Amino acid sequence: MHDAESEGVTAAPLPARAAPPRLAIHIYGWLLLLPAAVLLVAFTHYPAVETFIDSFYSTPKGRRAAALVGLDNYQAMLADPVFWRALANNAVYAASVIPLTIALALAMALLINGKIAGRAFLRLSYFTPTVLPMIAVANIWLFFYSPGYGLLDQILGLFGAATHNWLGSRDSALACLIAVAVWKDAGFFMIFYLAALQQISPQLAEAAALEGAGRWYFFRRVTAPLLMPTTLFVLVNAVINSFRLVDHIVVMTQGGPDNATALLLFYIYEVGFKFWDTAYAATLTVVLLIVLAVFALGQFVILDRRIHYQ
Amino acid sequence: MTQMHHGARAAAAFDTAAAWSLALIWILPLAYAIWAAVHPSAYAAHFVPDAPLTAENFVRAWNAAPFARYFLNTFVLVSMILAAQLVLCTLAAYAFARFEFAGRDLAFILVLLQLMIMPDVLIVENYRTMTGLSLVDTIPAIGLPYMASAFGIFLLRQTFKTVPRELDEAARVEGAGPLQVLLKVYVPLAKPVYIAYGLVSVSYHWNNFLWPLIITNSVSTRPLTVGLQIFASSDQGVDWSVVTAATLMTSAPLLVAFLLFQRQFVQSFMRAGIR
Repeated sequence: MHDAESEGVTAAPLPARAAPPRLAIHIYGWLLLLPAAVLLVAFTHYPAVETFIDSFYSTPKGRRAAALVGLDNYQAMLADPVFWRALANNAVYAASVIPLTIALALAMALLINGKIAGRAFLRLSYFTPTVLPMIAVANIWLFFYSPGYGLLDQILGLFGAATHNWLGSRDSALACLIAVAVWKDAGFFMIFYLAALQQISPQLAEAAALEGAGRWYFFRRVTAPLLMPTTLFVLVNAVINSFRLVDHIVVMTQGGPDNATALLLFYIYEVGFKFWDTAYAATLTVVLLIVLAVFALGQFVILDRRIHYQ
Repeated sequence: MTQMHHGARAAAAFDTAAAWSLALIWILPLAYAIWAAVHPSAYAAHFVPDAPLTAENFVRAWNAAPFARYFLNTFVLVSMILAAQLVLCTLAAYAFARFEFAGRDLAFILVLLQLMIMPDVLIVENYRTMTGLSLVDTIPAIGLPYMASAFGIFLLRQTFKTVPRELDEAARVEGAGPLQVLLKVYVPLAKPVYIAYGLVSVSYHWNNFLWPLIITNSVSTRPLTVGLQIFASSDQGVDWSVVTAATLMTSAPLLVAFLLFQRQFVQSFMRAGIR
C-alpha cells in the first residue's frame, strides 16, 4: 500500500492501476476460485463421473480386482425386484410429499398473512419442526406411531378404533413416513410464501374487492400467478428433498416391512454399506442422478413458460 | 352490503379455526415428546394433570451414552465446516462476481451442478475417496464434501454483484490489492448475508445424519445425530421416556437458539433461499 501511494505521488497515474492487465484478471480469477474448485471437483464432479464408470465394473472382492462387465450391473438391476420396489416407493413418496407440502405451506402462509389472532404463536408452531434434526423428528414420531401405546392409537382409540401397527404394516408404513416428511418441511416452505405474499401490493386486493371478486377468484387470478417464482423455488427444493433425505427411514422402518418403505437412496445405502456391493450401489446411484437431472431440467423448461415475472 | 359483511366474518372465523387446528396438529408431536421426557416412564402415555414432573429421564440419558463427547464432536464439526465454507465461498464468489476470467461461465455452471447433485447422494464414491485419503472415521471426513458449497458461492456472488463498482474502484485507486478490496469493501457489506448463510449452514450440519453415520464408527468422531440414533436403537432405547429426553437434549441448542432469535432465523432462511 505504501508503495502504491508513493508511486501515486511521484509518477503520473499509471494506466495499469485503472485497468489491470488482462492476464492478471485471468490469474486472479482462477486463483480465487482454486480452493473451492479443488474440493468441488474432488467431492462432487469426480465422484459423479466415477459413479458412471464404476457401474460398468464388478465389485472388487478380496484379491480379485474390479473387472469390466459392461452392462451386467444394469441387467441385474432391471431384474432386481427390490430396485423396482424402491423406485415405485420413491415415486409414490415424492408424488405425495411434494404436493401436500406445497399446498400446506401455501395455506399456512395465506392464513398467517391475514389479520389473525395469535399470529406469532401460529408461525412458531408451523416453523419449529424445521429446526429439529430429522433424526429427532423420526424418534418423536416413532413413539407417536407405536401400536396401542402411542398417541395416534390413543386418539383413535377414543373413537373406538382398534390398535394398529402403523409402521409394521405394509399398507400404512409409507404413508406414515410421508406424514413425517410433510410435517417437517411445510413450515420451512411456508416462510418463502410468506415473504412473497408480503411483496404483493394490498391495493390489488382492495381493487379486486371493489370489483366484487371472490376470494377464490382473486387467489386463482392474482395471488397464484404472482407466487409462481416462489412455487418454482419451493418445488425444486421439495423434489430434491424427496430423493435426498432418508434419515427417517433409517430410524423408523429400515426400509421395511418387506421393502415397503425402501426409497432409492436408502436402498443405495443398504447395498453399498450393508451388503458392500459397491458396483451395484454405483449403478443405483446412476439412476438417482438421472432422476435428479431429469427433474431439474423438466422443471425449468416447463415452468419457465408459465411464470409471471414481476 | 350487510350480507357481504357477514360473508367476510364467516370467512375470517373459518380462517382462524383452520389456522389454529393446523397449529395444534403441528405442535402435538412435539408437545407429546416434551410430556414424555419430563414425566416418569409410567406416565409417558398416560395423560393426567397431576403426573409428577422429573428430570430423571435427562439424567439417565446423559449418563447412558457419551453425549458430552457427541456435543463436542458436533460443535467441532459445524465450526470447521462453517469456517471453511466462509473462506472458500467468499473467494470463489468474488472471482465470479468481479473477475472476467477465461472460462468463468462454464466454471459457474459446473459449480451450480452441485445444487442438484449434492454430496448427500454420492455416498458410495465419497466413502471410497475417504478410504484412499485414510480419513475414514475422522471429523474432517464428515465435513470435507460440504466445504465448497455451491449454495454459498451462489448466494455471495449475488450479493457481491450488488456492491457498487465505484466503491471497488475507489479502494483500488487508493492502492488496495484485490484481496484488500475484498476484505475492506465486499465482506463488510455482505454481513447480513454471512449471518443468514451461517445460520442455515449450522442448522443443516447440526442435523445432518446419513453421511456422518457412514463415515464414522467411533465415539470420538460421531456427531450428535449419529450418537442419538445408536443410543435410541440400543437395548436401553426401549424406554421411550429416556429416548425422548435424549432426543430433546440433542435438539435443544438449536431449538433454544431458534426460540430466542426467531426473527433472525426466519429472515435468514428467507434471505438465503430467495436470492
